[in-house]
Amino acid sequence: MTARLRWRKFVSGLMLTLTGLCALITVGVLFCILAYLVVHGGSSVNWNFFTRLPAPVGEAGGGMANAIAGSAKLLALATLMGVPVGFLGGVYLAEFSGSKMAFVVRYAADLLNGVPSIVIGIFAYTLMVLPFKHFSTFAGSFALGLMMIPITLRSTEEFLRGVPRSLREGAMALGASKWRTIQSVVVPAAYRGIVTAILLAVARVAGETAPLLFTAFGNRFWSPGWGQPTASLPVVIFTYAVSPYEDWHRQAWAAGLVLLGLILAVNIVARVVLARGVRVPRS
Amino acid sequence: MHASTRPALSLNITTTGTGAASRETVSPSPLRMSISEVNFFYGAKQTLFHVSMGIAANRVTALIGPSGCGKSTLLRTLNRMHETVRGARLEGEILLDGQNILSQDVTSLRRRVGMVFQRPNPFPKSIFENVAYGARINGIKGPVAEVVEKSLRRAALWDEVKDHLHKSAYELSGGQQQRLCIARALAVDPEVLLLDEPCSALDPISTAKIEELLIELKDFCTIVTVTHNMQQAARVSDFTAFLLVGELIEFSPTPHLFTTPGDPRTEAYITGRFG
Repeated sequence: MTARLRWRKFVSGLMLTLTGLCALITVGVLFCILAYLVVHGGSSVNWNFFTRLPAPVGEAGGGMANAIAGSAKLLALATLMGVPVGFLGGVYLAEFSGSKMAFVVRYAADLLNGVPSIVIGIFAYTLMVLPFKHFSTFAGSFALGLMMIPITLRSTEEFLRGVPRSLREGAMALGASKWRTIQSVVVPAAYRGIVTAILLAVARVAGETAPLLFTAFGNRFWSPGWGQPTASLPVVIFTYAVSPYEDWHRQAWAAGLVLLGLILAVNIVARVVLARGVRVPRS
Repeated sequence: MHASTRPALSLNITTTGTGAASRETVSPSPLRMSISEVNFFYGAKQTLFHVSMGIAANRVTALIGPSGCGKSTLLRTLNRMHETVRGARLEGEILLDGQNILSQDVTSLRRRVGMVFQRPNPFPKSIFENVAYGARINGIKGPVAEVVEKSLRRAALWDEVKDHLHKSAYELSGGQQQRLCIARALAVDPEVLLLDEPCSALDPISTAKIEELLIELKDFCTIVTVTHNMQQAARVSDFTAFLLVGELIEFSPTPHLFTTPGDPRTEAYITGRFG
């Protein structure tokens, strides 16, 4: 009996250690990456980094203003393209569709979410680059926008489903049509959650490199308009990291730090917005 | 149109003073709604059987009965809220002012037959916007602020909220929220107001306020309320219908039903032998 008890205590202790260790590793990895980025890139992040164009090889200094602006443009346009589709699709799933149709759409969205980003890139290349015979911001945004659709769709659906049925009934009992109910009561009640989800979707695609490699391509200079290839932080990191120049490596680290910082900022903002309250009681 | 059949609206709420029951004996009021041979099904399960009754204009009609007797289901058919549930099916005829509600446009029907639910369900908006909501979606002309004030006064909530109309409705107490929901329903000037156990989530003081309110509201509209509280039915209603497993067992003037029930099952229920 005592032997058995000792064995049980041993297993219990072992599992506690093991699970704790794994949790620690998860946090540790993030902090290692952060520390690495700060150590290697911290010194290169300065005012010039945000305001200057890349310097030619061998010349010290220079910045990534064009890549930061390019990323911002890519993300803005991607949001404009992906979010409306995902949002309205989510509204359809949560409010209109029958259970069979919902299953199909949900399944398709999950599959789309699982499509490797490089494949999305090839798809966008075939559709948006080949016909026009040149790379463009637009094509890059298209690829990123595609990736935002399933994330926005699923989370919109989740948050709309969380709105209590009693609110819908309250509006319908006043003579509101179904669409009116959704637009004036259900969506406003789920608003914060949906906005948070969209911000997280933006953060998620902000770091994508593969879909941009042969859509937005890259650019050493400012990219005028939307029809020209543009630099973006992830692609610049990629190109600089595989280059043989010490200078560029440092710049790549710095760009990584800036990108992570931006994503972290979006994440924090999103969480603050969410924490400020889904004010609707979940009854 | 239908508005002309109702008494003139006045801003201040005054009780008529004459007891409803005494008025009843003098002149039986005309019917606002009539339900005939209603059968109701959830999928294959029938939950209402051959229910027929009338709803008297400007009176309070109470539906009582044990849980699951179909009283809420019956109430929800009166503004076709049952249609929001998949697999629900209704047979029979329900008339509002002589017209079959089943063949009308459902949104305009619900504007004429309002509903207040068991749990207060204010929208995540300000107090003002909650009441204004119905007016806005129904495109009611005229200044919305007046409609809001009039409705809040009728719901006996105005004095408590007039200084913070733009606060969130969730800052109100449960009883205030329920009166807000009543005000919201009143803002579209319904002919009939349906209440589904409006006090079951409230404390006794809030309950008393709502009961008082129901009696006052008779001047403006016809009221149908579901309750499982028999004392409440006795206090506020002019007519009472007793339902049991989907059947209408007895329907008569309230004093009559509670003093001399015609059916032994009614008597057993109101004397507390079951339910």
